[in-house]
Amino acid sequence: MLNETALQTALNQRLGHGEAHDEKQYLTFLMAGEEYGVDILSVQEIRGWSSATAIPNSPSFVKGAINLRGTIVPIIDLRLRFGIEPIAYGPLTVVIVVKVDFKEQSKTMGIVVDGVSDVYSISEDTAKDVPDFQESSSSQYVDGLVNVGEKMVVLLNLQKTLQI
Amino acid sequence: MSIDLSQFFEVFFEESFEGLDAMEAELLNLRPGEEDSETINTIFRAAHSIKGGSGTFGFTSVSDFTHVLETLLDQIRDGRRKLTSEHINLLLQSVDCLRAMLSALQNQSEPDPTESQKLKAQFEAILGIESEAGGEEVLSEAEPDKLTFQIDFKPHAHLFKTGNEPLYMIGELAELGDLETQAFHDGIPPFDEFNAEDCYLAWRFFLTTTAPETAIHEVFEWVEDDADISVQLCGGLFEEFDDDLDKEIAATISSKDTPKSVETIEHEPAENITAQVKEEKAPSATAAAQPALSAKPSTSTPKTQDNTSTSIRVGIDKVDSLINMVGELVITQAMLSQLGEQDMTDSTISALQEGLAQLAHNTRDLQESVMRIRMLPISFVFSRFPRLVRDISQKLNKQVELKLLGEQTELDKTVMEKISDPMVHLVRNSLDHGIETPEQRIAAGKDPVGTLTLNAFHQGGNIVIEIMDDGQGLNTDKIKQKAIANGLINEDDELSSEEVNELIFRPGFSTADTVSDISGRGVGMDVVRRNIQALNGSVEVSSARGVGSTFTIRLPLTLAILDGQLVQVAEHTYIIPLISIVESLQIDVKKVSRVGKNLDVLRLRDEYIPILRLFDIFNHDGAIEELDKSLLVVVESDNQKVGLLVDDLLAQQQVVIKSLEANYKRVDGISGATILGDGRVSLIIDISGLVKLSGLRKPGSQELVLDPNLAEAIS
Repeated sequence: MLNETALQTALNQRLGHGEAHDEKQYLTFLMAGEEYGVDILSVQEIRGWSSATAIPNSPSFVKGAINLRGTIVPIIDLRLRFGIEPIAYGPLTVVIVVKVDFKEQSKTMGIVVDGVSDVYSISEDTAKDVPDFQESSSSQYVDGLVNVGEKMVVLLNLQKTLQI
Repeated sequence: MSIDLSQFFEVFFEESFEGLDAMEAELLNLRPGEEDSETINTIFRAAHSIKGGSGTFGFTSVSDFTHVLETLLDQIRDGRRKLTSEHINLLLQSVDCLRAMLSALQNQSEPDPTESQKLKAQFEAILGIESEAGGEEVLSEAEPDKLTFQIDFKPHAHLFKTGNEPLYMIGELAELGDLETQAFHDGIPPFDEFNAEDCYLAWRFFLTTTAPETAIHEVFEWVEDDADISVQLCGGLFEEFDDDLDKEIAATISSKDTPKSVETIEHEPAENITAQVKEEKAPSATAAAQPALSAKPSTSTPKTQDNTSTSIRVGIDKVDSLINMVGELVITQAMLSQLGEQDMTDSTISALQEGLAQLAHNTRDLQESVMRIRMLPISFVFSRFPRLVRDISQKLNKQVELKLLGEQTELDKTVMEKISDPMVHLVRNSLDHGIETPEQRIAAGKDPVGTLTLNAFHQGGNIVIEIMDDGQGLNTDKIKQKAIANGLINEDDELSSEEVNELIFRPGFSTADTVSDISGRGVGMDVVRRNIQALNGSVEVSSARGVGSTFTIRLPLTLAILDGQLVQVAEHTYIIPLISIVESLQIDVKKVSRVGKNLDVLRLRDEYIPILRLFDIFNHDGAIEELDKSLLVVVESDNQKVGLLVDDLLAQQQVVIKSLEANYKRVDGISGATILGDGRVSLIIDISGLVKLSGLRKPGSQELVLDPNLAEAIS
């Protein structure tokens, strides 16, 4: 595990633009018109939606489990996770398969989003804290907000988002 | 010899650990004053093998340590010393120490010398007393003058094949003092008769040393049966070489031990260590076949960080049957490919179907045989307990007799590895908190010697392991108080004694302070349960005050594959383990009664089967809700029958169990997942978990809550 982290750090540095070592690449995706970003190194693959096997008594945002080349991978609908109105899945519905390191083990999970947007290099320093609204439960899943040009990107904390 | 010995390390370690296990087992059988010379011999031989092997591989720290141990054993064997319980304790500690040293070496690190030096000093203290009492060591200590010995060493031709390396012995000799070496190569035959794996050389050494003569003999102890050795005192002077003797040596070499079994020489020397060790243990017919087998997996497996062995020893019969099956498979494959080349007619199609059926049969047989290879008798786990029980009961001043039953019950190796820790925990608990001290036992009118029984047996597709003690049992009052104090239950909660006992498995309970002896019983129990549940198993406790406690562990035989019945619930497909299914039937609505608010019970012959609506428990919509239109799968779990309401029965098939927990979390009522032929995921139902989930059974109670009254209520 240690080596893997070291490797990631090294990769990070190489992927960034030389002098700015704390710059990370983020894959962004769209959901309800907003743009969200996740660390690109945690992304395993991007695939289309295929029906998942329902898991009994799971929260509604858990759409079920799929077979990813022999591994059982749970699928989380991020809209439902964040309490956004669900939309019907279509041919363009995208599942981003991510690998997230939790304390005890790393887990591979899929997240359902509206569509994939772009890849940005973002320095973590420029991220602003999320305004702390007591009402908003979703803000706990967010690491920060950054501006990319005119757009605002919400940087997601996958560990917290996918902690079930 | 420039052979890379490291490739044989694994074999050596495996053999040595086995040797240590054997030593431990025999040591535990020893009673001072009534020792049996065969037992001591077995221990000695095991120690000797480890010493020889470690010497060969250059693990001097191990061979040095084993040496003192062996000296003591030798004296006991010869009757020069009486065996005391102190000796047994020391030897047992040495076994632990050697185990630790070898594990360290196996992980390619240097063993920590503190423990071995401490023990070595103790050995030397014991041996030293002897030498003061008179003996040759005293003589040499009294006269520290240097003596010169003439040592003639004529190895037999097969010396290398016993895994011995004269170079190491010469090295050991050189450490004793000044060494002059003369090698005789007259024995080397003409080139075309030369066998590179025979030893043709002989040596004469002149050793000027302060060490006693016994030290020299010890150098050659390992090879004394494989060489002609003579040691003479030469009065401190070098003597002229005797030409006749040279010829004599040469003659001995060429006449004696000309290659006996050329066909076995193809093995590398270190494999022959295995062979030799084996033969020492049991000169059986399989001895020759075993080393080749055990050498194979160990060379292919990479070094592991933990000291669990990564290879298994497999009986040759199991491999034979595998080879047979693969042969069958090849024939079937040939037949099918032949059919594939023909034009399709009705007759070829029916032949093809036949072939496919045969293929299915072969595949299944092959799979079963492969599974069988992983099955080992549970004695592999049980064998560690005599020692554990001895050590703990001694520490606690308790007298405990350990009974092992069903040691030959076979279990998958992966399950076995994971079950031993929870078992150790339970055994330790039984000794610590279950079995009372002799005084307490006498006061309670019991035999002062407590009994701890480990029992293993197969039941259906499960293995059941029971850990029974005849101790004081669980004190339900104290547990209840503790649980109330910890906020696990409310004061006015009414719990059956089973439910109270169940509390010891609660996570909160383990953090309880351990002042009262009974609460200690809960320490880590949640971990035990979690570990067992991770194996798809369950653990239960039953206890009677003053009579004893029984912990029952139920485990699946293997973690990899199960026979499943596919069932349909709404649009979902679930898998019910075939082994838990008693029968499947259509419901006769007339025989269904409703108990209470929403429990339906089917009267089936003399039994009342509660009906669990799967769609309800799993929160699925769209399933058939009418009883007469659906099917009932009657399953049995923990001696309780329940009926699962499903829409339809689909195929039966073997499924490979995949973990749902690995990427998600544990789901109540689901033991895992599998992938069906079409690539879809299907979930496997955990019957006992489901029953709990349905609320039919309160956690931990042995009976269905409704069961006893149910029959009365309906009839």
